Amino acid sequence: MEQPTTPPSVVYEHAHHIDAHEELGWWRKYVFSTDHKVIGIQYAITGLLFLLFGFGLMMLMRWQLAYPGKPIPLIGPWLGQSRAPMGIMLPEFYNQLGAMHGTIMVFLGVVPLAVGGFGNFVMPLQIGAPDMAFPKINMMSYWVYYIGGVIMLASFFPTTGAAQSGWTSYTPLSVITATSGQTFWLVGMIFLITSSLLGSINFITTIVQLRAKGLSYMRLPFFVWAQFVTSFLLLLAFPPLEAAGILQLMDKVAGTSFFLPSGLVISGKPLAVAGQGNPLLWQHLFWFLAHPEVYVLILPAMGIVSEIIANNTRKPLWGYKALVYSVVFLGFMSFIVWAHHMFMTGMGTTMSAFFQTTTMIISIPSVVILTALLLSLWGASIRFTTPMLFALAFLPMFGIGGLTGLPLGLAPSDIHLHDTYYVIGHFHYVVAPGTIFALFAGIYHWFPKATGRKMNELLGKLHFWGSLVCINLVFMPMFIQGLAGMNRRMYDGGAQYAHNQGVLHWNVVQGYAAWGLGLFQIFFIINFFMSLKWGKAVDKNPWEATTLEWLAPSPPGHGNFLTEPIVYRAPYEYSVPGAAKDFSPQFEPEKA
Amino acid sequence: MMTKLLGMPVQASQHAAEIDQMTVLTHWLMLFLFVGWGAFFIFVLFRFRKGANPRASYTGAKGKLAKSTEVLVAIVEIVLLVGYAIPAWATRVKAFPSENEAVVVRIVGEQFSWNIHYPGPDGKFGRTDISKVTADNPLGLDRTDAAAKDDVTTINQLYLPINRPVLVHLSSKDVIHSFGLIEMRVKQDAIPGMTMPVWFVPTRLGEYEISCSQLCGLGHFRMRGFITVQNDADFRKWFDDQQKELRATP
Repeated sequence: MEQPTTPPSVVYEHAHHIDAHEELGWWRKYVFSTDHKVIGIQYAITGLLFLLFGFGLMMLMRWQLAYPGKPIPLIGPWLGQSRAPMGIMLPEFYNQLGAMHGTIMVFLGVVPLAVGGFGNFVMPLQIGAPDMAFPKINMMSYWVYYIGGVIMLASFFPTTGAAQSGWTSYTPLSVITATSGQTFWLVGMIFLITSSLLGSINFITTIVQLRAKGLSYMRLPFFVWAQFVTSFLLLLAFPPLEAAGILQLMDKVAGTSFFLPSGLVISGKPLAVAGQGNPLLWQHLFWFLAHPEVYVLILPAMGIVSEIIANNTRKPLWGYKALVYSVVFLGFMSFIVWAHHMFMTGMGTTMSAFFQTTTMIISIPSVVILTALLLSLWGASIRFTTPMLFALAFLPMFGIGGLTGLPLGLAPSDIHLHDTYYVIGHFHYVVAPGTIFALFAGIYHWFPKATGRKMNELLGKLHFWGSLVCINLVFMPMFIQGLAGMNRRMYDGGAQYAHNQGVLHWNVVQGYAAWGLGLFQIFFIINFFMSLKWGKAVDKNPWEATTLEWLAPSPPGHGNFLTEPIVYRAPYEYSVPGAAKDFSPQFEPEKA
Repeated sequence: MMTKLLGMPVQASQHAAEIDQMTVLTHWLMLFLFVGWGAFFIFVLFRFRKGANPRASYTGAKGKLAKSTEVLVAIVEIVLLVGYAIPAWATRVKAFPSENEAVVVRIVGEQFSWNIHYPGPDGKFGRTDISKVTADNPLGLDRTDAAAKDDVTTINQLYLPINRPVLVHLSSKDVIHSFGLIEMRVKQDAIPGMTMPVWFVPTRLGEYEISCSQLCGLGHFRMRGFITVQNDADFRKWFDDQQKELRATP
């Protein structure tokens, strides 16, 4: 039976109707806004601040790793007795920094920026919609995220400090560690997950229902496809962790034993709990989310990079269809690889064969996507703008991240590499110089749309080259350390162990590289604020791009488009033979 | 060549070479792909910069390069998986040595040390009970049990004879630890509530370390144990000395 739906044009008229007759107050316009663009910018700014904060935690850890037991300069005296007496970091505090760095970067930084920020701002514009399908749910999603973030930050304030059992929060450690940090963490996570769920249903509904006339699925910009698949991942993978989080919270505060086995002896005393629970259940529930989560981090990045590559190569993406099928397949497969994080828990032959096989299978669509993006460069006329530099750097960086996943995905070679710095190097190449570079690319690319001004190219290039060199000096040595057997999550960097002695000195190099990376972000911060005020003012379509967001004014008003957009062609029609200019936007009709 | 380049630690167990061979093979594949992609990448950035190619081509790349790369990767991965990974894993988790020929030892992790428990000459582990756990008896070994009388326990020190299979029954008292023997290429999580078998054959005399490889709390970094791999005579002497000591203490 046909479902009665509201045609986009009606929604569009309706949105304009409101805009024309109701002038919103300052609070409703900039703070409690239901406009997807304002919410997108709120998400992006909050996400960027959390990224900076999470990076700050890492810079502190890098000091402790480079110079174990030496007082932290400048900041040390301000950390307090319970964290760093005399400025010397305590192991408890190191573990808090580790757990919170991971949590903040993933759940409060990258996902909110990639999905909440870019998804919210760009996606409705790219599909020609006046707003999201559920603007109020959209606002709620941001504010629930905000509360989750505040709870996470607040967890640092009690003297016992924040969660300290890793971002994975493995039980029983997380439950038996008698501090309030883990309770904060669990409550915070419940808010963050709820926020993602609210966002994902909104994204899916919007993409299905509110596409402009003529915008068929196979004409969607690849970025929209990436967000579409990402939303399904969030929708389907997060609920198990939400449930698991509530169960762990019950173990923590209500004396249940979902994840606690019988017969635990903590510091020489039997633990008074019912028992009969299973710690591995937590790991399964956690990784059932956290592996798809990896793709939540990477797919929007691939989407951003694809947009920018098409725009700056001045040619269509190579293999658009292959890209779309790969991203859908990737999304599906990401649900059945989770236990490759658990090879060392004592897995039998059948289970390990299954998860090794699915892990190898999932590498194929990643290879397809990377190859398609590389081949897109062939025959191009490449403009090396700042967004393009970041987007291009994404390719080899993601390549390294993906390739180093191979020996980890095969259980026997994982025996040596599991829980070493090799793993840290691997996933950081995917997420830091991979995803975060793509996010910077996106900021430089869409900044003119959001503000009506371009960011400065010189500062942008300084930011890029400095970051590229430093970030590789941070993460490349991790492969050397990991192959030598250096374990992760060690307060002194593993300085006691004989097998680490040959690779410890890299910690100093990595330290300086990390602090240097911090300094190069100053170029970005200056550029960001300077360009808001003094950046070169631009018109609707400064990059001479083809997708719908470049039809709207810069910045777009409430309701986005001045006239209803109609789509006439595929998303990346650049350098069409016989056309007068080298780009044929989706919104321009064929000449009669 | 690649083994040297990767800088992996010495191989001190029978299966270490097999594990490293896989690591080396995957790194060859990675290197091949990265150099191939990298060369292509640098070439196109140079060849198709705006200055050299002012007008982009609408059709772009032709040919089967993409498909052949994907097929190549798929084939190599199938070979790695079927030829190496699955059989190698099966010998790790299925082909356990018999308790008669192996040195059998219980290892129980706790925050932040490794409790080592040998069954003694009778080959039987004595009963343990969590209510008997004290600072001097971290395993809670019940010495009134007949099987427990000859049991040998140590903390953080594992003695092993060379070239004999070792069968470890691994567990934990409190949180998840991971029993990592870098030079032996052994790693297995010690999970409370479960007992996991681990086996290997030490093939190189010397001192090695047990490193906890799973975050287990604020003392995780110092949860370090030691392994001494000795020749058979030395091991036997140590074992007999322990028995004498046990008989001497009432």
